[in-house]
Amino acid sequence: MPKIPDKIVPAPLRKPAKPGAAGDPKGQAPQDLKTAPPERPTHVQRLTEQAKEAPVDVLAWVDQRTGATGFLTGMLYRKVPKGTNWFYTLGSATLFAFILQAVTGVFLAMFYTPSTTQAYASIAHINNEVPLGALVHGMHKWGSSVMVILIFLHMGRVFFFGAYKYPRELNWVIGVVLLILTMTMAFTGYLLPFDQRSFWASVVGININGTGPIIGPYLSDALRAGPELGATTLSRFYAIHMLLLPGAIIALIGAHLYLVVKLGTTAPPWVRAEKPKVAAPVAELDAGVERNGRGNGAAPRA
Amino acid sequence: MPNLDGLVADDADKVNGAETAPRQQREKPDPPGYFEGESMTRRRAFTIAAQGLGGVAGAAIVLPAVGFAIAPIFHRGKERWEGVGPLDDFVEDTYRQVVFTETEGIGDAGKTTAYIRRGSEQFDEDPNAFIAVSNRCVHLGCPVRFVEAAGNFICPCHGGVYDFQGKRIGGPPVRPLDQFQTRVRGGQVEVGPRYSVTSQLEPVRARDPGEFTGGIWEYLYPPRPSTFPPP
Repeated sequence: MPKIPDKIVPAPLRKPAKPGAAGDPKGQAPQDLKTAPPERPTHVQRLTEQAKEAPVDVLAWVDQRTGATGFLTGMLYRKVPKGTNWFYTLGSATLFAFILQAVTGVFLAMFYTPSTTQAYASIAHINNEVPLGALVHGMHKWGSSVMVILIFLHMGRVFFFGAYKYPRELNWVIGVVLLILTMTMAFTGYLLPFDQRSFWASVVGININGTGPIIGPYLSDALRAGPELGATTLSRFYAIHMLLLPGAIIALIGAHLYLVVKLGTTAPPWVRAEKPKVAAPVAELDAGVERNGRGNGAAPRA
Repeated sequence: MPNLDGLVADDADKVNGAETAPRQQREKPDPPGYFEGESMTRRRAFTIAAQGLGGVAGAAIVLPAVGFAIAPIFHRGKERWEGVGPLDDFVEDTYRQVVFTETEGIGDAGKTTAYIRRGSEQFDEDPNAFIAVSNRCVHLGCPVRFVEAAGNFICPCHGGVYDFQGKRIGGPPVRPLDQFQTRVRGGQVEVGPRYSVTSQLEPVRARDPGEFTGGIWEYLYPPRPSTFPPP
């Protein structure tokens, strides 16, 4: 991939220099100013220069009003530990699967009719008559399985790498809620084609809900909107699938990513901490301070 | 002329030799921010009031919406009866399969199947009644089939087996098959609302598949307001 010239990237978005890298000596005018005055640029040169500055100006205008570049550089150039490997991409892969589901779902909704008498016909219409309809429907249908598989692999990575431990427990909890929401998403989406398989799978799924003691029967009734699976059940599942869960998932993904950026990622368990470069242990230094009262200005311990 | 250095206008009293007692200080509030007779500061009072109003406004939106969503739990539909054939269609020693509408408005998806026979002296208290057994497996709701050669109801999904009366004799089901109320109107057998039975075939309110009936289970799986009372 060709490198984007620094010229068109606004300064705050440029990759920060490595610590200790030599820059221009401070407090010195550039060399050329000391010797000869620069030639006056021609009109064309000035216009070219301004045209080159245009993207920077636009980004700078946005940045001045949002402060977004500070956030973006912090997020994009954050430190990752040694040993970070391909397993760390499973979370992003799950996020991509969700985006795929969201995009294909929006377009499916343009043709789908959430009515018990027309749902099956509208799906058949999408699959057989709409150009590329079978492809988009297939992406959504198989993509749902992909998302479920990826979210479990991601959870396995976090578990086996010990990445759920302090201080990341809350992110694990959010992740578990996201897992439940994803499964609910798959469950509610399964009914929507309203064919034999959808119908009976939903009957079985709702009946499994009903086997929970005391609240189970009421939960089933609330899911079905009545004692039997009916017309309202389909619109209910459709609303949950289309409106309720996506909103909740997007909000929780936001919280999940915020915590990832804030807390950083963990090194794999096989990466050991390097030995410190300071030879003397801290305790010995402390003892020296106590004995002779010297040290780097620290008061002797009481 | 007295020396006025270091004095300001308010110190006129001192200059004039008037009473030099300190002017009455405003009482220092204790705890800080509270004055006499007040149980809370003005800021705190407004905070509580604003949050309370916000809570009321939020509840005014959320409660009706949630109630709207869960209202179907408490709603019981209209009792529905449907004729399924003349009396002579049904015999004592085997079942006849009928299909009728249980849920209206959703086309074929609202239909259900029942197996119907005449009551017999061998099995039933009332030989004149008609017995309508639902084909809904009480394990997870798959459709069972009456296998005439075996005289049993058999479920294809997980191997549930029920005897001629619908009592469980094998597999994962938790109770006998559900039944429908029946009656005779104008020479026709009519089927009505669904009800569940205990292991002794005593009628109880309809339960979903997977839920036990009878004894303590009547409390662990409470009857739902959306179902009809048993006959």
